[in-house]
Amino acid sequence: MKLLSVLLLCFSSATAEEFNTLNTQQSSVTFVSKQMGVPVAGSFKKFSADIAVNPAKPETGSARISIDLNSMDAGSAEANDELGSRSWFDTKQHPVARFVSSQVTRTGDDRYEALGNMTIKGKTLSVKAPFTLKRVAGVVVIDGIFPIKRLDYGIGTGIWADTSVVADEVKITFHFTVGKPH
Amino acid sequence: MAEHYTRTAILLHWLIALLIFTAFPLGIYMHDLPFSPDKLRLYSWHKWIGVSIFLLAIVRLTWRATHRPPALPEAMASWEKFAARAVHFSLYALIIIIPLSGWLMSSAKGFQTVWLGVLPLPDLLSKNKELGDLLKEVHESLNFLMLGLVLAHVGGALKHHFIERDSILSRMLPMRRKKS
Repeated sequence: MKLLSVLLLCFSSATAEEFNTLNTQQSSVTFVSKQMGVPVAGSFKKFSADIAVNPAKPETGSARISIDLNSMDAGSAEANDELGSRSWFDTKQHPVARFVSSQVTRTGDDRYEALGNMTIKGKTLSVKAPFTLKRVAGVVVIDGIFPIKRLDYGIGTGIWADTSVVADEVKITFHFTVGKPH
Repeated sequence: MAEHYTRTAILLHWLIALLIFTAFPLGIYMHDLPFSPDKLRLYSWHKWIGVSIFLLAIVRLTWRATHRPPALPEAMASWEKFAARAVHFSLYALIIIIPLSGWLMSSAKGFQTVWLGVLPLPDLLSKNKELGDLLKEVHESLNFLMLGLVLAHVGGALKHHFIERDSILSRMLPMRRKKS
């Protein structure tokens, strides 16, 4: 019995402090690409994020984010029509982009960095995503921005590989609101 | 009264004319291209030329306001003078309004204009598809209105030069012909 109560205690203290329910209404994944020097905003309408984080100890947290590439809005109808094609995301073969965290380190007050693997178009590369984590009114708010190089993943090949038109670097911004389990 | 436009007015006139004769066909051509890097490049060039026309137009109008142009020939009928002035006034207005409509259209379509890929212009409108489509119609219609006015303007200048044989065209030409 004693063991069971200890286990229960551990379990309840863990769940009490763990935030793991994504509020999709108050979360977003957006990006900015550059065309001919012009920043163009884009977004993903559908994504899911399994985030488990204890705000008292964010270093133990983990995140697994899946993005539905068919829900991408790259800023114009013409671009959206093109993005599913093989030279861009080849969404028939690779409909989902994933990020899986492997390590979270603290870099300052409320500041952290998630190391993890990003998989896009069948290619997995290590990325570092710095973010801030704040506890606001019963939820945890995570905000971060990090660059990726599209050509590293083979996004926009052939005629589109010309980075003087579409820049190699794309900045990805994420905003997650994570609550406690209901 | 001066017989010629000033060198500055002549330079601005022909520079703007050259840019319009580049941007106009470019606008028609690029519009129907399939989505490609070339299309994005041409759109940017078109916008850069448009912004350049706008800036030159401001200089030109400032110059025009402070320097009186040579008078129209006495021989012209008053309706001809009125028509010539109306076309001039409309063209002056359009070299300001057309680039503005393009800039606003670009903003409404969600694309900031970055002059020469370096200087970002503020977005006066936020992204709005309906407004973007409307401004596209406005930009297009104003351009065809300008095409009509340019044809009248060129036609008038040629008529004066070859039929009336007066100095209307030569006073705007960069190479001044000495009167014999």
